[in-house]
Amino acid sequence: MTTRSLCRVLKPVFGERLFRVGPASEFKTRVSTLAYGATTCHQRNKSTYTNIPPPALYGGRHTVTLIPGDGIGPELAHHVCDLFRFCCVPVDFEVVHVDSAMTSEDDINNAIMAIRRNGVALKGNLETNHNLPPSYKSRNNLLRTTLDLYANVMHCQSFPGVRTRHKNIDIMIIRENTEGEYSSLEHENVPGVVECLKIITRAKSLRIADYAFRTAREKGRRRVTAVHKANIMKLGDGLFLECCKEVASGYPEIAFDSMIVDNTTMQLVSRPQQFDVMVMPNLYGNVVSNVCAGLVGGPGLVPGANYGEDYAVFETGTRNTGKSIANRNIANPTAMLLASCLLLDHLKLRAYASMIRRAILTTVTETRLHTADLGGQGSTSEVVQTVMKAVQSTGPLTLSI
Amino acid sequence: MAAHSAVFSVSKILTSFRGGHLGNTAKVFGTTVTSQRNKAVLTPPPAKYGGRHTVTLIPGDGIGPELLGHVREVFRFSCVPVDFEVVNVNSALETEVDINNAITAIRRNGVALKGNIETKHTMPPSVKSRNNVLRTSLDLYANVMHCQSLPGVQTRHKNIDIMIIRENTEGEYSSLEHESVSGVVESLKIITRNNSLRIADYAFRLAREKGRRRVTAVHKANIMKLGDGLFLQCCREVASGYPDITFDSMIVDNTTMQLVSKPQQFDVMVMPNLYGNVVSNVCAGLVGGPGLVPGANYGRDYAVFETATRNTGKSIADRNIANPTAMLLASCMMLDHLKLFDYASSIRNAVLTTMNETRLHTADIGGQGTTSEVVQSVMRIIQSKGQLTAEL
Repeated sequence: MTTRSLCRVLKPVFGERLFRVGPASEFKTRVSTLAYGATTCHQRNKSTYTNIPPPALYGGRHTVTLIPGDGIGPELAHHVCDLFRFCCVPVDFEVVHVDSAMTSEDDINNAIMAIRRNGVALKGNLETNHNLPPSYKSRNNLLRTTLDLYANVMHCQSFPGVRTRHKNIDIMIIRENTEGEYSSLEHENVPGVVECLKIITRAKSLRIADYAFRTAREKGRRRVTAVHKANIMKLGDGLFLECCKEVASGYPEIAFDSMIVDNTTMQLVSRPQQFDVMVMPNLYGNVVSNVCAGLVGGPGLVPGANYGEDYAVFETGTRNTGKSIANRNIANPTAMLLASCLLLDHLKLRAYASMIRRAILTTVTETRLHTADLGGQGSTSEVVQTVMKAVQSTGPLTLSI
Repeated sequence: MAAHSAVFSVSKILTSFRGGHLGNTAKVFGTTVTSQRNKAVLTPPPAKYGGRHTVTLIPGDGIGPELLGHVREVFRFSCVPVDFEVVNVNSALETEVDINNAITAIRRNGVALKGNIETKHTMPPSVKSRNNVLRTSLDLYANVMHCQSLPGVQTRHKNIDIMIIRENTEGEYSSLEHESVSGVVESLKIITRNNSLRIADYAFRLAREKGRRRVTAVHKANIMKLGDGLFLQCCREVASGYPDITFDSMIVDNTTMQLVSKPQQFDVMVMPNLYGNVVSNVCAGLVGGPGLVPGANYGRDYAVFETATRNTGKSIADRNIANPTAMLLASCMMLDHLKLFDYASSIRNAVLTTMNETRLHTADIGGQGTTSEVVQSVMRIIQSKGQLTAEL
């Protein structure tokens, strides 16, 4: 609602120049103006901020919000805390519990406020109970849209020690995180007929496309593929595709192509090595990221990150609650530990991040330590202990085990 | 849209008559009665004259024309009593005359075999997808795809046997979009109770006929609570009427992940339109690719057969490298529908023998055979079984 009215307001302010394709440099400023315009929009609606808050860094120690979530979330978050304490990582966690069974939104609002305060968060997945009435929105979705975490980035890489059917996969999936099919706008005008609205906006599509190309450039990637279904949803996905094409013209060194989502999923299961970076709207992103996670070894291995203008929230890539394996010491901690490494990278604690990541990769290659989801018999605590031992053996300052 | 509004008003009337709580059969029957009330005539008689069936043939674009040419060759060779009425649809034109002719022909004959009609992105948005128009006008509500691992094809997963039943007329494919504010597009995804009950009932009936044990509904009801929630609720209602079949549900992202790690766990899957598209393509990829799996679209009165993944195959058109298996198996499904079971099984056995025993594979499954070689091999095998055939 707000975006629509603000688009109307912004258009006469910034003029028609925003919507014309021109030279690359002019375009970049235009896109950043659009993005900045979006930021000012959101900040204008936030009653409390006029500029980006300072990082929560006091006395050299960062404060990070931790939302344990449901299912396997709490135990994995606990292991992350243990590991950080062991490696003397200068991060303090502010734990905020969110009870998914309650219908009031107080808990999630507390969590959002904590994230606004700290700027960074690590979270487990919050369960969305189907039995609650439809007015109860998905808590995860609420968090993402309120904080405007517009880009979900998932990097799927084949692990050398994990046996999978496909080898040498290295795909970066950038998924629009706030609109599309997940706008939670549904109504039943006539009983028995439900209309779900899928919203695609120009501003957000340009923003995510720009994010994708910038990330591809930073990481030295060659190709960006847009995934869509524009032959059926001509206006919606057509707009998304058009925005991607516009942004692509500003990055001539990166090849851009597009693929329809059904063909994409079929190619993914037959020849996933052909993909490099993929950018797509929300629902296709969900499906494609789960397919890729399945290809590299399952939901226990891939971390995910949600980036916004001001905030970043890290979690497992496929957002599983894992209720059936909760508290049984069999969950795979790799995804959550790698997500915490992404968190450390974001906080610019790169030395700690690479140290922990190296230790995790060493552990994953040892097949006797694989957890049940990878076909092994290791337990969660064994894996975490091994990671800690691996960190200690490389020599930096650690506590005693 | 007219059909939609007719269904709405009649469903309102029906609900008020019988109170809020209708049984499944009453609802489905209600739907049938509704559609019949709106049709000017009853179900047309089969187009069978002098023992020969007439079937509409829509060549389509890309590899469609050549593969359908091969189908006709095989049919003529095996002396199958089917005559094809060819209707060409030009996808480059903006008028709907061509597709309306095709629809009229299918209404006349009741059965069709089609290649995929290309939807060009460069045309204005008012030009609807021709395939979609065909499916919705004829109300071909169920798309059935049976994915089976073929022994002769080398794939990463073995022993897959999944039946996918996909709602074919509503959901995300309603082609209802608008741009109220410039730069903001709203696409409507429609889920109705009637269509969901209908497809769920179709799925369970089919599962029972084929002796299947389990039906899985694929949805995203944690996000689209009203829409997919309604779909899931309808599936549960229908499931209660089939106690011999187990029913469970799975969210679409988990489904796709399970499909790439352990596809053997799935038996029959029922889902709305878009998830059906994705899941059926994943399954087709798992069993060997788009050239192997046939698909069927069933409505109450009409049936249209095509390849399951509906690829146009423009890049491999007219190069004699396309895989004819999918189209040939689709034509066998058509023969089954026309109750010409003997012909169907002979052609199907010949195709499977070519695939599995002689291992004559085309490029998409890693071989070096050409389309015509495969077709010749199929025809030779049919001849060798001793049936009446024309000259090779």
